Amino acid sequence: MDFYILAQQLINGITLGTIYGLIAVGYTMVYGVIRMINFAHGDVYMVSAYVAAIVLAVISFFGIQSVPFALISILIITCFVTAVYGWAIERVAYRPLRGSTKLAPLISAIGISLMLQSYVQIAQGARDQGVPILIQGALRFGGEEHFAQITYMQAIILIASLVAMGILTYVINHTRIGRQCRATQQNRQISAVLGVDTDRIISTVFVIGASTAAVGGTLVTFNYGSFNFFIGFVMGIKAFTAAVLGGIGSLPGAVLGGILLGLTEALFAGYVSTDYKDVFAFGLLIVLLFFRPYGLLGRPEIQKV
Amino acid sequence: MTAPLLEVNNVTMRFGGIVANRNVNFCVEKGKITALIGPNGAGKTTMFNCITGFYRASEGNILLHGEDGTQDIGGLITRPITGGSHLATRAGIARTFQNIRLFREMSVVENLLVAQHRQTANNLLSGVFSTPTYRRAEREAVDRAYYWLERMHLAGDANRLAGELPYGRQRRLEIARAMCTSPKLICLDEPAAGLNPAETRELSEVLQILRADHDLTVLVIEHDMGLVMRISNHIVVLDHGEVISDGTPEHVANDPAVIAAYLGVSEEEVQ
Repeated sequence: MDFYILAQQLINGITLGTIYGLIAVGYTMVYGVIRMINFAHGDVYMVSAYVAAIVLAVISFFGIQSVPFALISILIITCFVTAVYGWAIERVAYRPLRGSTKLAPLISAIGISLMLQSYVQIAQGARDQGVPILIQGALRFGGEEHFAQITYMQAIILIASLVAMGILTYVINHTRIGRQCRATQQNRQISAVLGVDTDRIISTVFVIGASTAAVGGTLVTFNYGSFNFFIGFVMGIKAFTAAVLGGIGSLPGAVLGGILLGLTEALFAGYVSTDYKDVFAFGLLIVLLFFRPYGLLGRPEIQKV
Repeated sequence: MTAPLLEVNNVTMRFGGIVANRNVNFCVEKGKITALIGPNGAGKTTMFNCITGFYRASEGNILLHGEDGTQDIGGLITRPITGGSHLATRAGIARTFQNIRLFREMSVVENLLVAQHRQTANNLLSGVFSTPTYRRAEREAVDRAYYWLERMHLAGDANRLAGELPYGRQRRLEIARAMCTSPKLICLDEPAAGLNPAETRELSEVLQILRADHDLTVLVIEHDMGLVMRISNHIVVLDHGEVISDGTPEHVANDPAVIAAYLGVSEEEVQ
């Protein structure tokens, strides 16, 4: 009996955690190349939820009934549109400030964050928006009274996140553009001296970050069915926390941090109290950072001369 | 006298009120080894930074004469929208650093692959889908990387992390990496610093080979006078940011101004 409760919380926690991980990727990669916290990232995620809903509306307008086809095309189109947002934000709000102080792009990011929220609020309304739940049903383990279940949507979240992470890992470790990303992350100036167009690499990183956030945004939207213009804030903070927990700048760290945060929240909510889950999760973060200031997989920053 | 590959015209570099270089003029001839020498703080590295597109000179210009016309380095790095230091490299100027700067957490061969910018199909999608153009370009890049690893006697270390290599090999790797950018001109900032005599000898052989077999022009900053005299065809001496002597090794070695700068003779004695 207890086993099923535990199993259920583990399933919920891991699902939630992979979403945190997907969004944390954007924070960690951007921090890696330009040492900046992109505070607008959570709102890019929020925009992606709206984009996904709009694409769904357009697709159903054309009378497409096949759910797998709809879901895959929504994912691809949302990724693309959100990537354009990510690219444009970097181009307009961060690049012109690159030679400036460290604080300038940070303030600019906060500005973009507020701007996106207000823009969506005005354009789409302040009320909660909903989408129909496309996929219902669940896989159940156990008996009639005591059971654990993984909904099909949760399964899709896990699979899609896994695929997205797999593609990302492949890109970073085995392709030329990924190699250039790693080089730029280690030393931007030297990469430029070797002929790498570092501005383009930074744009690419923003595009990657925005598209992984869009994968998360689309999946969450179709899992919960409702969203509003403010969802980016909490999600952004949690994903950022996940990135710090895992060690900011580290890609596997972002995923690990996300899953850890998701699990902590779910287990605490399941066994102790739902109201205090965030308090506990963030309390744990503080304790952990006390012992590992660079996060789980992070490394101390070497002062470059 | 052959045509110059690089022309430095009246370059002045200021950092606020400090003048690091004043009215510097010199030429680097094609296919020769030119040395830039001078006491510490003479402005040699600043000059290098201007030539390699790190800095935009405050005044004057630096021209690279290639087969495809003349390019102004300062103009390249300040070009709107697409400008940047990488364009100096793409124009054919490579460099190494006084303190070695490798990608320490990447393998030796990856260090060389990053440097290959003349590649087509360099975007996210071509990499994910591994298009034929992408695969061909990648194969060529790997071949070129191994070619330079062999020339620099580093082939056995290809898959080690660059940061793990012993010092002398890191120096050679940095040169190999610079060569992978297919430069016309390679700028070496104190390549012999920290090398033992055997390694220094090896370095001078490598430089001679690069010049002879690869039609390369070399500009080198070096404090090891034995090495400088042995390898260079042309020496430019800087002191307090200005050129005080320019000519063949014999000419420079016997120039009273140079002797004064190095030994610290007072102004009157020189005149």
